[in-house]
Amino acid sequence: MQVPAYVEYEKATSVEHALTLLARFGPEARILAGGHSLIPMMKLRLVQPETLIDINGLGELSYIDVAGGELRIGALTRHAELLDSAVAGEHFAILHDAERVIADPVVRNWGTIGGSLCQADPSEDLSGTFAALKASMIIRGPDGSRTVSAREFHTGPYETVVAPGEMLSEISIVIRPGCGSAYEKVGRRVGDWPIAAAAAVVWLDGARGPGEGGAGEGGPGKGGPGGERISEAGLGLTAVGAPNFAAAEAEEYLCGAPAVEETFAEAGRIAAENCNPVSDQRGPADYKRHLARELTVRALRRASERARAACRSR
Amino acid sequence: MQITVNVNGADYSRDVEARLLLIHFLRDDLGLTGSHWGCDTSNCGACVVWLDDTPVKSCTVLAAMADGRKVRTVEDLAMKGAGEAGGGRLDPIQQGFAECHGLQCGFCTPGMMMTARWLLDRIPDPSPEEIREALSGQICRCTGYENIVRSVLWASKHTGGSVASAEADE
Repeated sequence: MQVPAYVEYEKATSVEHALTLLARFGPEARILAGGHSLIPMMKLRLVQPETLIDINGLGELSYIDVAGGELRIGALTRHAELLDSAVAGEHFAILHDAERVIADPVVRNWGTIGGSLCQADPSEDLSGTFAALKASMIIRGPDGSRTVSAREFHTGPYETVVAPGEMLSEISIVIRPGCGSAYEKVGRRVGDWPIAAAAAVVWLDGARGPGEGGAGEGGPGKGGPGGERISEAGLGLTAVGAPNFAAAEAEEYLCGAPAVEETFAEAGRIAAENCNPVSDQRGPADYKRHLARELTVRALRRASERARAACRSR
Repeated sequence: MQITVNVNGADYSRDVEARLLLIHFLRDDLGLTGSHWGCDTSNCGACVVWLDDTPVKSCTVLAAMADGRKVRTVEDLAMKGAGEAGGGRLDPIQQGFAECHGLQCGFCTPGMMMTARWLLDRIPDPSPEEIREALSGQICRCTGYENIVRSVLWASKHTGGSVASAEADE
């Protein structure tokens, strides 16, 4: 029988109250959101907090909306809510791709977006996803709030920049026209962490509004089926030891390149070359590297198709 | 700590340790042993109950987290489905499992049925694929999945009005 060790419990009534409790109980206190990572770890004594600060009642942290040209996701939003959100899927189809393969439907009902990110598992699907989206993390603390880019959020396995006394409050993503996005994952079975996964976000030129920057230049070829070039790309990799969950070298190559198969293949090659998978119970390193390459290609292909569709509908 | 949880329509106040898991609160403190305690790692789904309006794995939720909330367990399926005047009639989901041999050892059945009920409330006429997806976080170690899917399909075709009428009362 697995039960957590003795722990004190406080129920926060507001974000301010949660921050006060964090300050009062110190670094051995932990925020309790969905608990679907924290409680299993407490059962195994991998973590043994002195105090849990339950934020499940904080409706002010549970929202998905568009404001100021950004999609904003409150940290307490449940996975199922993000998967059900039409506005999230409309702007960033990758969020639905990823949520559909995170854990299982029952776990998604209670697990939270912020909790998954703060758990910072090296195989967390959302970490690669938000790295590709170049999202911003808003962290609240006793001195107000600060914003950190998704790529600076993780400092290592199970470690983030969120300091004792602080809490993640929101994830925001800038909405720009001409965008398409996709997530591709291979896992051993339903509900499992990925063996490897790739996230791709592309912006195709010709779709940007006035004053939002022009098309990239210098790429080879004549462009995609409609002559499109990739003006900007975000590539995320999960579970393969990519620095900051991103494939920066491949992104650089994609910038200004035509949106065609040859480009995707080369980006996949570069992405696979620059990640550092390790062999473990989910698979050998060379297999994971192969997946990083192939899944990057598939994600780019699908993201570009979606970007084209978005351009056509404008 | 003192908590009050509304379980199957009745409020229960108990003094519990913060570390008490919801599944143990239901089984040991309230004697509601219909929900099963299985893998303890949120993988198998035998412990699924509704917390407010959605199924959750109660081995991975603290009883304290249910304080002030509603919990619905398998014990409520027939009561809700039949009502006082229903003569103890089973929920169509339960009837489906009986009709289609949806259980062998029965250990996974309470969780399967609670998630299936939730599915049919959201999608009254699901495809077999939708049923498999909804139940994908739950394991039947007898591997009786084919009949479980058939049972849920049966329930979707035989709503019998019991659940709909009970929910109209809420």
